[in-house]
Parts: sequence; C-alpha cells; structure tokens
Amino acid sequence: WGCARGKRGSWSSPPSWATETGELLRRFPGEQRSSLRWSCSLRGFLTVCLIMSVKLNALHSDSYIEVSQYRDQHFKGNRYEQEKLLKQSNTLYVGNLSFYTTEEQVHELFAKCGDVKRIIIGLDKVKKTACGFCFVEYYTRGDAENAMRFVNGTRLDDRIIRTDWDAGFKEGRQYGRGKSGGQVRDEYRQDYDPARGGYGKLAQQQRSTEARNTF
Amino acid sequence: SQKLYLKIFSKLTVYTTLVGLLNARNYNFGGEFVEAMIRQLKETLKNNFYNEAVYLVRFLSDLVNCHVIAAPSMVAMFENFISVTQEEDVPQVRLDWFVYVVLSCLPWVGKELYEKKDVEMDRLLSQIEGYLKRRVKTHVPMLQVWTAEKPHPQEEYLDCLWAQIQKLKKDRWQERHILRPYIAFDSVLCEALQHNLPPFTPPGHMPDAQYPMPRVIFRMFDYTDAPEGPVMPGSHSVERFVIEENLHCIIKTHWRERKTCAAQLLSYPGKNKIPLNYHIVEVIFGELFQLPSPPHIDVMYTSLLIELCKLQPGSLPQVLAQATEMLYMRLDTMNTSCMDRFINWFAHHLSNFQFRWSWDDWADCLTVDLDKPKPKFVKEVLEKSMRLSYHQRIVDIVPATFSALIPADPIFTFKYEDETASSLPGYPTSVTVSNAIKNRASNEEILAILKEVPNPNQEDDDDEGEAFNPLKIDVFLQTLLHLAAKSFSHSFSALGKFHEILKTLTESDEGKLHILKVVYDVWRNHPQMIAVLVDKMVRTQIVDCAAVANWLFSQDMAHEFTRLFIWEILHSTIRKMNKHVQKIQKELEEAKEKLEKQQNKRRDSGDDEDMEKNSEDEEGQLEEQIERLQEKVESAQSEQKNLFLVIFQRFIMLLTEHLVRCETGSVDISTPWYKNCIERLQQVFLMHHVTIQQYMGTLENLLFTAELDHHILAVYQQFCALQL
Repeated sequence: WGCARGKRGSWSSPPSWATETGELLRRFPGEQRSSLRWSCSLRGFLTVCLIMSVKLNALHSDSYIEVSQYRDQHFKGNRYEQEKLLKQSNTLYVGNLSFYTTEEQVHELFAKCGDVKRIIIGLDKVKKTACGFCFVEYYTRGDAENAMRFVNGTRLDDRIIRTDWDAGFKEGRQYGRGKSGGQVRDEYRQDYDPARGGYGKLAQQQRSTEARNTF
Repeated sequence: SQKLYLKIFSKLTVYTTLVGLLNARNYNFGGEFVEAMIRQLKETLKNNFYNEAVYLVRFLSDLVNCHVIAAPSMVAMFENFISVTQEEDVPQVRLDWFVYVVLSCLPWVGKELYEKKDVEMDRLLSQIEGYLKRRVKTHVPMLQVWTAEKPHPQEEYLDCLWAQIQKLKKDRWQERHILRPYIAFDSVLCEALQHNLPPFTPPGHMPDAQYPMPRVIFRMFDYTDAPEGPVMPGSHSVERFVIEENLHCIIKTHWRERKTCAAQLLSYPGKNKIPLNYHIVEVIFGELFQLPSPPHIDVMYTSLLIELCKLQPGSLPQVLAQATEMLYMRLDTMNTSCMDRFINWFAHHLSNFQFRWSWDDWADCLTVDLDKPKPKFVKEVLEKSMRLSYHQRIVDIVPATFSALIPADPIFTFKYEDETASSLPGYPTSVTVSNAIKNRASNEEILAILKEVPNPNQEDDDDEGEAFNPLKIDVFLQTLLHLAAKSFSHSFSALGKFHEILKTLTESDEGKLHILKVVYDVWRNHPQMIAVLVDKMVRTQIVDCAAVANWLFSQDMAHEFTRLFIWEILHSTIRKMNKHVQKIQKELEEAKEKLEKQQNKRRDSGDDEDMEKNSEDEEGQLEEQIERLQEKVESAQSEQKNLFLVIFQRFIMLLTEHLVRCETGSVDISTPWYKNCIERLQQVFLMHHVTIQQYMGTLENLLFTAELDHHILAVYQQFCALQL
C-alpha cells in the first residue's frame, strides 16, 4: 500500500527541546521580546501567548473546509450573494469522476460523512450520459464539511476526486458547459484518459484530421 | 477554549518552562498566573469540561517542576481531590475522574512530590488503592473490543494507569520519556520563589453533571511485534501511558487536517527510541474501535491512515498490513460493533489501493461454516467493496476458491417479469399498471386499475376495497420499482411521483409492513438499494420508524438477521427518529424565545395603543404556535419511546426463545447467532445512550425486570453501570 513514488519527507532533526523555548522567544520582534524578558503583567503574558498561537498555527485551523478560488461564472447573482451561499451551502461539486462512476458508488462513499439528501450526476448536454462530475447535497453543512476534510483528494473508482463548495443546484447546472457537450476541461486536455472518453475533444479532432490527411 | 489547551498540552513542558522563567524574573507574575489558572479550573469543572480540566491540572503539576508552585501545596490539592472518593450517593464516574486526574499527573510530577512529601504521597496512593479495590466494574465487558483476555488483556483504564504508576514508583519515579526543558534552566529556576496553591475545594456534584465515561485501554501490540529496531515499552510502563496520551492529543488537535495530523504524528519527539509506527497504528485503531463510539467520525481514521501511508511508504503500510492480519486472526472474539467498523474501514481502505490484498492468506475462512466470524467478515468486506466498485471487479480480485463469499450481483428480482409468470394472480394487473405508468396515467386511473386486484385475505368482497390488500401493494410496487430500477434517482423519483398512491396503500400498519416486505423481495440482492429506499420512505412518511423495526425483526427477515445491512438500516432509522424529535424541540425553543422577545418589546414599547394591540395579536399567535409545537414534541417523544420499546421487546423475545430452546435441549447457548444478537442489543444501548437515558424508568419497569433471563439482564445492568 505504499505509493510507488512517494517523496519521503526529509526532516532536519527537530531543534533540541532545550532550545525550543529559546526558539519561541527568538521569533518575536525586538520590542515584544524585551517586554517578554522584563515584564510583565498577566495581560502581557496572555498577549504573548496569543501572538505565539497565531504564529505557531492559527487556533482554529480547518483549512480543508475553506472556500476555494473557483467561482461559477454562470452564477445568477452578485459576488456577495455567491460568497454567502458558498459559506452556508450543504452542496458539494465533485470533479474528476470517471464517466462510468455510478450514483450508487458516489452515494456509498459520501454517505460515510452523513446522510445524503440527493446526488445529481453531471451529464453531457448532447448525449445525456455521465460526463465526469456530480453534485452531492447533504442535509446539514457539518456533514458536507466532513466530506471536504476526509473524502476530497481520496479515491473513488480508482481516481482521485476533488470536492468543492457549490452555491446550490439549479436546473440546468447538471449539464457540461463544453462546446461538445461535456465538461470544459475535456475540450482542451491533451492527455489520454480512458475513463473520460479518451483524448480531449480538440485533440480528438486534431487526430482525426491528421488521420484524414495521412491517408 | 478547548483547542488552546490541546495546543498547549502537546508542548506542555515548553510552556511550563516559559512560565517558570517568567516567574523567576517576576514573582508577582507567577502569582497572578497561578491564580488565573485556578479560576479557569473552577470554571472548566463547573461547565463539565472534564477532559480540558485534566490538562489544566497537569499543567499546574508541571509548574511544580518549574519551581512556580510549591510541592506541598500541590500534594494538598491532590489530597482534596482524593477525598472526593469518600463522598456517598454520587456517580462512581465522578470519583473516577478525581482519581484519574491525580494518577495521570504523577508521570510528570511524581518524583518531585515524593522527594518533598513522601509520607503524604504514600498515604494518598494507599487511599487510591483502597478506592480502586472497592469500585464497581460491571461496565467493563461492554467496553472491551475482544471478549478474550489473550494475547493482550483489555484493562479498565484506571486499573491500567494504577499498574503503570505502581511500576513507576517501583522504579523510584525515574521517568525518561517526557522531554523536560526546565532541567536545562535549573540554575535559574531553583532561585525562584515558589507560590502556594490556594486551597482548592473540588466543586460538589450537580445532578446535570456529565463526567467522562469509563474506558478500556486498547492494546494490540507488544514487544514481540516490532521485528527490528527499538522495542515497544511494556503495557504497564509509564512510557506507554505518556506516548499514548501524546498521540491521542495530537489527533485531538489536528483531526480536521489530515496531512498536518499525519505529519505531526510522524514527527513525534523521541521517535527514534520507540517503534513509532506501531504506536501510531495502535492508537488509531484504539480510537476507531472505542466503545461506545470513536472520538471522531470513522471516515477520519481512514483518511488519516491513507495520509500516513503516503508519508511513510516504506514502513507504515507494512505495519498496517500486519495489524490487519492480527485483527483478522482475532475476529472470533471481536465485539460485533467493532467488527462493523473494521469491515467498513478495510473495504474503504482497499478501494484506495486498487483492492490489492493477499486473499489467499485468509483461505482458512473457507474451511468453516459461513456464519462464523472470519468468513462473515470477508463476505461483508467484499459486499462493501462491491458498493465502491462493481460486481465483476470483486469477482476479478478474489481467488476462485472464494466464490461462496462473493456478493450477489445486485440486480432486480421481478416476480411479473414475463409470460412465464402469467399464471400469477397479479400478473395481468402488473402489465396494465406498467403500461399505464409508461403512458403517464393519472393517480386516479391507476387506483382504478388497482381496485380490480383480488384480495387474497378475504373471502367476500369488502365494500370499498379499502382494506389491506397485500397483493395490491405487491403488484403496484413491484411494477413501479421495476420500471425505476435503473438508479437511485429513478427510484426516488418514482416514490415521489406516486406518493399519494403509496400512502393510500400503506395506511394500516400491515400495509406499512408489507411494503417493506415487497421492497426486500425485489431488491434482496442489492442491500444498498433497500437501505436508501427505506430511508426515503421513512422521510416521506410512507412508512414509520416502528414499522421498519418490526419488519427487521420479523420472521421473514430472520435469515438475514446477522447481516450488516440490517443493522445499518435499524440504526439509521433510530437516528432519523432522534433528529426528528430534536428538530421539533428546537422549533419549540425558538418559538418560546420569540414570544419572550415579543413580550419584552411590548413591555418596553410604552403606551402606544396601536402597537399594544398588534403586539397582543402577535403574542397570541405565538402562544398558539407554541401550544401546537408542544403537542408535536410530546407526540414525537411518544413515538420515539415506542420505537425503543418495540426494538427492546423484540430483542428480548428472540433472545429468550433461543436461551430457553438451548436450555431444554441442553445445548451451549454460545452460537454465532447468539453472540451477534446479544452484541447487537448492546450496540443499540451504546449507540443511542444519550436518548435512551430519558426512558430508563419505563425500560426498567416494563422490560428489563428481574424476571428476565440473567444473560439479557446483564446487558442492561452493564449499560446502567456506565452512568454510575
């Protein structure tokens, strides 16, 4: 079960614990350091503690559930409304699925994070067949957050899938927006992915043009 | 905040050293700090944050090592804590907590306290020993992962900690694992003036206090298991305690961020002196298998183990495989709830690694009855694996010899498939209904068609055909679900479209029971589909929770009784019931708050007559709403209580039948079926203990009476012991 080419983290030996305290002290700008040495009231110490916590790692770090940079360009409403919906949403967009991944498989995986309200499989606009993405809606946001923490970046149907917050399903959003009917990303990609229709659409056209020219 | 304590605790001795140095510079600072901590401790205890309070007390005790707090005053505080064990008529878990706090500080501060106050400490320890001897341990069997004592006993947590402290004392309090920065600063610190802790009276017991539940220490490795490299500290060594505490703390701090969590676990200070991978795997499985339930959601542990495998691809996967093998070997005595989690974890883990596993190593499971734990485990794993992939995949990954354990192809079983079924009484109607649905007939038209279905239950025609007609249900639902069999969405859509008809057909309790029977009949090869359909039908009130419980315990389902999907459906149903009650209670609370706000507004609004009138109207409406919600809450709670009564009653009936039968036949009661059933009963108690607490009185009076067979009563008594 080891990944074939996992990079082994190389850690420099941790700073000797005896100097770790010194490390903590060394991290502060001059004035605070001196106030640390010569202080200090309880308030001063607590301030220092707070600064240390912020520097050592935010107290409430929960980075996996943060909203990403992606914004749906077709969203009907202004940026502010979109942000608000993303922050409250119980719905996740799930990408990089195989075209053959079924609703049942999606349900089995995502149900590990909580009760799933519904799944909408993304469809090719022309062929009306699965085109490699879906929406998963939970009854509560907390369950969706767990999916962002524990399912995002793991495998479904042997593929690493990606989850992201979605502002909420609306009729029409189940269709791919690429020119050929599938997802945009499948229009332009150059690699061969047998689970996503082989070559990207543009590459396919180029190939068939080449083939015609050759013969 | 809890998170602050956790962050501090993982570097406890660093922070205490810092405080020690500050105190050496400024005596007043030290005094204020200690006072603030004591205040914080009082608050924390008042608010039932017992786990956080432990960290606070340990912090204080380490301040003794940093010359901030005088040792005698710490001993005095510990003496106050231990005096709690003399209290009467309080829950045992309260006394447990105070003993635990004191014992768990001793690895840090035992040496110093003994050097200064050995007579008092000896007295303290002997009082603790006396308490541990007389405390009741009925609850322990319910919390053990394995029923066997070999190869590793699963000790009650206080017993284990006591043994560890005894050993530490025998070693003259020499503890070498904890990193102690203050030793390097001893020359500065020993000059400092120390403070005395103010006398600390532990807060008294309050009726709504929620003390931590007792635990059993999970052990699966010992010094024989790590083949090369550093040796694992013994089970009663204090190093083992400290390592486990620290690893649990890291998980508690970083569980939301699996990469960070994995990195922090793997960079544990002092890792070169211990077989860290083994400790990590043991701690993680310990949490995953913890009873009543894991500290965090199950799927977190799966994703954490995957990250760990990624970060240590050369060593951790091997330890994990070794652990899996060991868990498999001990399946015969593993608690059923833990086995459920093992099944789910293993299948999900495999799905991330192309289902690669040396199945042939487990060929021994093919040589025993299929109802024994090992083949059962493999069967359930393959079923779960299939849900994450597809049937042919499973056929491909296991050796041909495993074919008996391969799950069924999850296809629909249609009674009225084709002309070969034409002799069946429902066949003609099935064809008509199918065409009607395809031609988008209205509900009325379809009901008219169904009216023609003869009722096998009755000799004469009843007046309006309204009576329960199992054939009607069978024909309609089989046909509908057959048309919608393509996917979950298709089936949900069908249930939604024909909701009216389905509600009509299932008005009676028998109707509800029968619809569940039909769902099982058609989808018996696809338990996942059964589960989601039942879920939908409960949520849309086509069936109620009690109907689901009665169906699962019915004779028709007896042959499936030990399968995992049955219990997943049952627990999901109970959870829906609980969430429903909570939802209405919340609505009631909110309405009450709104009313209060409105009344305050009126009081403060002055003499405006119009405003007064409007306000009165609003209040009247709110009061009506509150009355309605009150009724709704009571009705929901009554339904909830009834659900548990049905479930427990059924368990008692089944178990009693089995026990009586075995007794009269002079046969050993411990069949695989019995072990499964009795542990499933335990599981209901454990998984829903918060809700069940409310109904203890009724349960004791109506069901778990002294007349009950002692095997069954023991489960109830163990459960009660968890709260005492």
